Order: sequence, then structure tokens, then C-alpha cells
Amino acid sequence: MKVLEARDVVSGYGEVEILHGVSIAVDEGEIVTIIGPNGAGKSTLMKTIFGLLPLRKGQVFFAGEDVTGLAPQAMVGKGMCYVPQSDNIFPTLTIHENLEMGAFIRRDDYRGRMQEIYGLFPDLAERRGVRAGKLSGGQRQMLALARALMLEPRVLLLDEPSASLAPNMVELVFAKIQEINRSGVAMMMVEQNARHALALSHRGYVLAMGQNRLEGTGEGLLNSEEVGKLYLGG
Amino acid sequence: MARDRLLTLLAVSIITVGIVGISANDSETFGGFISFLTVFVTTVAIFAVFALGLNVQWGYTGIFNFGVVAFFMVGAYTSALVTKAPSSSEFVRYVGGLDLAEGLGPLNLEGLTGFVLGALAAAVASGVVAFLIAIPALRLREDYLAIATIGIAEVLRRIAIEEEGLVNGTRGLTGIPRPLHDLVSPPDYKYIYFGIAIVVLVIIFVAIERAARSPWGRVLKAIREDELATAASGKNILAFRMQAFVLGAMIMGVGGAVYAANQGSIVPDTFSHFFGTFIIWAMLMVGGSGSNRGAILGAYVVWGFWTLTGLIQPHLPTALEARTSYIRDLLIGLLIVVVLLLRPHGLMGEERRVSLFAGQEDKQKEPLAGAPATGSAED
Amino acid sequence: MVRSLTRTAGLIGRARREYAGQVEKAGTVGLWLLIGLLVVYGIVDARQYLVTGIIVGSIISLGALGITLIFGILKFAHFAHGDLMMFGAYVALGAFVGGGSIGPLSFGWGMIFAILVSMAALGAGSVLIDRVVYRPLRQRRSGTVVLAIASLGVAIVLRAIMLLWWGPDQQLYVAGIHPARDFPFDIKLKPDQIFIVATAFFLMALVYLLLFRTKMGKAMRAMSDNADLARVTGIDTDQVVMWTWIIGGALAAVAGVLLGIQSNLKADLGFTLLLPLFAGAILGGLGSPQGALVGAMIVGISQEVFVGIDLPFPPFGAPGYKPAVAFGILILILLVRPRGLFGKT
Repeated sequence: MKVLEARDVVSGYGEVEILHGVSIAVDEGEIVTIIGPNGAGKSTLMKTIFGLLPLRKGQVFFAGEDVTGLAPQAMVGKGMCYVPQSDNIFPTLTIHENLEMGAFIRRDDYRGRMQEIYGLFPDLAERRGVRAGKLSGGQRQMLALARALMLEPRVLLLDEPSASLAPNMVELVFAKIQEINRSGVAMMMVEQNARHALALSHRGYVLAMGQNRLEGTGEGLLNSEEVGKLYLGG
Repeated sequence: MARDRLLTLLAVSIITVGIVGISANDSETFGGFISFLTVFVTTVAIFAVFALGLNVQWGYTGIFNFGVVAFFMVGAYTSALVTKAPSSSEFVRYVGGLDLAEGLGPLNLEGLTGFVLGALAAAVASGVVAFLIAIPALRLREDYLAIATIGIAEVLRRIAIEEEGLVNGTRGLTGIPRPLHDLVSPPDYKYIYFGIAIVVLVIIFVAIERAARSPWGRVLKAIREDELATAASGKNILAFRMQAFVLGAMIMGVGGAVYAANQGSIVPDTFSHFFGTFIIWAMLMVGGSGSNRGAILGAYVVWGFWTLTGLIQPHLPTALEARTSYIRDLLIGLLIVVVLLLRPHGLMGEERRVSLFAGQEDKQKEPLAGAPATGSAED
Repeated sequence: MVRSLTRTAGLIGRARREYAGQVEKAGTVGLWLLIGLLVVYGIVDARQYLVTGIIVGSIISLGALGITLIFGILKFAHFAHGDLMMFGAYVALGAFVGGGSIGPLSFGWGMIFAILVSMAALGAGSVLIDRVVYRPLRQRRSGTVVLAIASLGVAIVLRAIMLLWWGPDQQLYVAGIHPARDFPFDIKLKPDQIFIVATAFFLMALVYLLLFRTKMGKAMRAMSDNADLARVTGIDTDQVVMWTWIIGGALAAVAGVLLGIQSNLKADLGFTLLLPLFAGAILGGLGSPQGALVGAMIVGISQEVFVGIDLPFPPFGAPGYKPAVAFGILILILLVRPRGLFGKT
């Protein structure tokens, strides 16, 4: 079943239209990566789906339900969480408090979930009283992921999770993403680090100039000559 | 646009009819009626000068000056100190007293030379104060600049009050020389001063309209529309902003000089935040923030509104009458809020304009009050 | 000549920019040194002024706390805060049924009741004002300037209402002379003043507990850090805003009442209060609650101690210059370390 689906999405900023009718879908438990050149509209697509940008045309479905135009807070309530590319943690709050904020809309006792998360991210567990602003880039990224998981989302939207990270951290972050996926969370990922991302994705989409260009399995796209020539450069 | 024109017409009509009507009704003689109207228009002209000065700072350059009264005060006191003769009594102490109004012998022109020199001195003094403030303050973000300018106005006023020998403290300065005073009998003087005020207003209006169309004005416009690109093309943004800030302050200084001579005496209490800063911002907001004509229109509407409520006051039941000035204040405050909420462009406001000063990340969104523009050069 | 003047200013600016890092470090050290000196001087030679400074500082800190919270979370300078404080003082006056006294204080339980009424009124009132004036402007993505001007309009309205209802004359909660008592180290204090400081610190402790121990408080800090991320995380930002106004308004109410107890009530004071309030909040670092406390204390102490020093030139010696001292601090901090003592970069 498609847990997330976007059909013919048209959106942009102000008077500029960036997406001219893009469609993507994510199945239950899948990792789907969106790649493409700069300016293709990858991040725009993600923000539009999540409700951060107004959708001009098209629809978004979550687990079959029409969620077109819902605000981010409502999306979160439905089970879709978003990890922005940068400024994705609260610097003056501690790690623990950041996670608490992740669970803000939960009305139940989330301490059990918190223990699970700390289990998944032992590094964070060790430093739970530390202010997030003091963490390294890689640790922040982990915290951002952890925070998004507090609500046990069905889909996670990740905007360039490996951006500005050192190579060894990139490895760790992608490994963590796979680990999270194995626990049943579907993911939609936008990435510049196309090779690496496609290698662990079930499927992928190539976007260019605000439109769908290619679609295929992760491995298929990775091995495709066309994609390799044009888009896997960086 | 049509709706703007209609609203403008409506506001102006109501005020004009109200003022003319009630004062005509209340005046005992025709002379009294004309006299009242003359004083009204003179005051509008003086406020319009302040509003024009503020427009150069805000409309042309986007500087958020909340200490307008500081330059108003500096101008008023400077021109007074320069035109008055030295103190003749030990109870009245102030610096200056250059006696330019009467001390120039054959060049006096019945005090006109002195007045002009006084106004120039006022402009220079205000300009200097503005320059000194600009060095640290212009870098600041808008809200910091606002509080800094509030502070300057407050501090200057305190200095005027506390330093007894400076401007005679709370007692203030009296007997400020008036140009061309001896030409007519005292009751008729207001008509001469009316002429002087209008002349000053026209000169300033023409001058800054010219400035807006000049190369200098065009750079300011470019800065407003795309600061980064203009900086990239080598223009020293800070220098231009400073120049505009100083120019606006100088205009306010001249306004202060005209105000001082009109009043004949000034005290520190006159220069309150409400009277010297807010009301002028209200005028600019109402008239159309960014447009010079809007500034003059705003001065007319807001001061007209003020005068109108003053005229109505004696006709009100006694309970309300005592508190009328507070009701006026209340209405001015409400006016600012309502204008911002409903008509952010003011009465003569410009259409959509890409603006850095509207403060959003996405420049293409619709800008609001504070979308600066200059006069009619923009259309 | 104009050109060379602006060029000079430009050079000064460029020099400052290039050495910005060092200037800030040196300046910060200098600032702390000055503060230390001030306190030491106060303890050694100006104890009475120091104590008065602490009292005034406590009052200012309640207001500065409100300002810093509103700025941190809503990102605008609330220029109506001074008049809001005075309004709170007057509402309490209206609700004050005099008579009686608690122990050595000049007032009785009626004052406590009046304070609570005022807190509730201003908390609710501030939320109302936000819904009617500021929120529509925020929804239109208005800039900080528009919001600041709007708050100015609100300030004018508040002041006018105070003048209309209560008139322009000075008012007191409880008339009569309340003698100060002697304390060790040559300090004289009125019991009322101890009440002021105790109340202020009590409330600050409450706010601290709120911000660091409750979910809503943490959400407020989160939104102050990054409002967009807060939204994305699912935090109910409307609720956070509402609580910000409730707390800001309530604190302003108490600050106003305490000021009225310390001196008197006068409708005109509101706007002048903005200077020490903002000086304290900016000195501490806009957005930082602990900064507001420290900054406000320093401003309060500076105002009193400076004016207490008997030197023949301003701002020493004349009480009229107190706002000038606050202003001086403001300019100093903006020149040297604009983010304030505890502000984030």
C-alpha cells in the first residue's frame, strides 16, 4: 500500500513556479530517494508535501487519505515527520529536551519510546543532558533523526541528511537510516550524495527542472548509464 | 487606486468641512474665522516639514527613526539661541544669544536674515547630531535603531531640563525673535508667518522631490530595491544611508526653527514623544508612508483631525470636555493601529513594491506599510 | 566636506568590522570588569544606592523578562510594554480595597488580591491585543518595523485610557509616610521594599520553573530558538504564543504595581520606562531569560549608583539622568557586544 503519494504537484516560491507537476509514491516500509541536479525542485517537493509550501495544483495522499494542503502540525499528527536539512535541532535545549519536543503532541506516556530511541542512538543517550548547540555536525544530525522518531511516524521525510557532514559521519548516518528503516519506518529522502543514497534505497526518482525524469529501483538507477552520466557526478 | 482616491477625498472633505463649518459657527467675527484657519494651516505646514524630513529617512532610506523629536528640539533650541540676544537677567540663563535677529545692522531685513540664519544653524545642528548618532546607530537592526533613537530623544530632553545654564532648564526660552514682526500690527502677524511657513514648506518639498530624481536619489532607490546588487556594484551603502539620515534630520531641524519662531517660546515639555514623534509617524502612515505628497496630506488629515476634535470640545457635555485631549490621544493611537491593519499603504500609498524593509525572507511576497517609495517619480 | 566625513565614518566602520572579533572579546571583558567595579564600588562606598539599585533592578527585571520572552518567541520589540506596566499598576489601583496591613508592610491582603486581579486582567488583555492587532499583522508576514509601530499605537491607546479613567495626577496606593528601618552596614530599607525584591525573585523563580521544568516552557524556549523548526516538530505554536502573552502581561502587571509601591503611579511614565527595560533586556541578550535578570539588575544598580555619585558633570548627581544612564548602557552594549552578555551568536 502506498503510504505516501504525491500526484501532479505544482508549487514554488512567490511568483516563481518550481515544480510543474511532479508525482512520486512511497510504499509501506520503503526507502525512496529523490535525486537530481541543483534547482530541480527536490527540496521544494518535500516541503510542499509536508505542508511548508502552499500547493498550487495536485494532491497529496497519506495512507490513502487526502491530506492535500494540511499544515505541518497536522501532518505530524497523521504520522509523517520531517527532518530539515539545516537548523534542525534546538540549540539551547538539551538532547533530552529536544526529544521531548519531538513528542510534544503525544498525550500518552512517551518515556518508553524515549528509552527505545536512546537504545537506537547510544551516543545521544550518553550525552542526554548536553545542550544541543554544543554537539558536532554528525551528532546533531543523529539528534534530528531521533527527534523525528519520537512520534513513531510511518513516514520520515529527510532533506539531505548527509549535507555538510564529514565522510565517516555520512557512513554512520546512512547506516542509522537503514537501521531505522528496518524497524518499519518508510522514508522519503532527498539527497545530493546520490550514489550512496541510491545504494540503500528500494526505489528512486530523478527530478530535473521541476519534472519527473526517471524512476526505478535503487540499484537500477545506480547502474543506469544515463543516470550515471548526468546525475551521479556528485 | 480608485478606492484610495475616494478615501482620500472623503477624509479630506470631512475634515475640511468640519473645521470650516465649526469654526465659522463659533467665530464671532469673520476676521476671527480667517485668523483661526490661518493658524491651522500654518501648523499643518510646519508639521508637514517634519513629515517630509521623516519621509527622507523612512521612505527614501528605510531608517526607523523613533526619535524625531530629538531633531525637532535641537533645531528649535538652536535657532532660538542664535537669534535671541544674550540674557538680560540673571534668572534666565542660556548659552548662545548671538542676537542674529537684530544684531546685523543694515542686513537685518526686519529679522528675516536672522531667521534664515537661525534656520540654517538649526539645520546644521540637527545634521551634526544626526551624524554623530548615525556612526554607531545606522548599522543596527531596525528595532535596535528604534530604541536607540527613542533613547537619544529622551536623553537630549533630560539634558535640556537638567543643565540649567544651557537652555534655561524647565523655564525654557521666551521672546524668540520673529521675522518681519515689526511690519504689521501683532494681531496681523500670523498672516505673514503663514506666508513664511508655506514658503519654507514649498522650498523643502521642491528640494527633496528634485533630490529623489537626481542620481543620488536613484542610488537610494536602487538600495531600497536590491541592496546586495547595489553594494556589489561598488556603492557605499552606509554612506548613502547616512547622507539621507542627516538630510532628513536637517529638514526636521528647519521645522523646529520655524516652530520656535511661530510659538515665540519653547520649553522642554513641549518636546514630548507623543507630540514630536508619534504624531509625525501617524501623519506619515496615514498619508502614505513613502510619498512626499502623502506626507503633506497626512499632516493635513492628522492635524485636521486633532483640530476638529478641539473644535468639538466646547460643544460636548462637560464630563467629556475635560478629557477631550485624552480622547484625542486615544483616537490617534487607534488611527495608527487601524491604518496598519486596514490600509497599510496609507491614503496615498504606493502599490506593491519589492522591499527589504518588509522583513520577510521571501522578497517576492507582498510588502506592507513601510514599502518605501518616493513621490511620483516611481509611477 | 560631507564626503570626507562619510568616508571617515566608513573607515571607522571598516576598522570595526575587521577587528570585530577582538573588539567584542576585549569589550566583553571590559564590560564584566566595569560591572564588577560598579558592584564593588557600591558595596564599599555607596551601599544605600546599591540597595536601591537592587530594588529598582528587581522591578525592571520583571518587565525585561517579558520583553525578552516576547522578542525571543515573536521576534518583535514590544514598545507597549512600559505602558502595559503602568496599566497594570492602575488596574491594581482600581481593584485595591485599602485598609489593613500585613505585618510591617504598608498594605494588607487587599494589595495581594489587587495584584492577582491585575495579573489576570493583563494576561488576558495581552492575549486579546495580540489576537486583534499583532496576529493579523504576523499572518500577513509584516516586518518587525510594522509590528513595532503597531505596538506604539497600542502604547498610545493604553496611555490614553489610563489618563481618561484616572487622570494625569500622581497617585499612591497607600498614602502616608512609611518609615525606613535601619539595617546593618548603614542600609535603610522600608519593609515594602523587601516585599518588592522578594516578590520579584519569587516570580522569576516561578518563570524559571516554567521555562525549564514544564512542557510548555520548553516549547517556549524551543520556539525562541527556531520557530520554523518548532512548527515542523509539531509544537502548537499558537498555544506557545498565547502563553507568552499571558506570562508577559502578568509579569508586566506585577512590575507596574511594584513600581507603584516603590514610588508612585503616573500614567505618563510608560514610554520612559522602555529605556531601562530594553537596556536591561538587550544587555542581557534579547531572548535570554537569565540575561534579562542580570541585565536589568545591572541597569538598576547603575542608574542608582551613577546618580548617587557626587560629581559635578552629568550623568552624575541628578536623578533626572537615570534614563540617560540606561541609554548609555544600551549604546555601550550595542557598540561592543550587540548580542548581549548571554545572547546567542
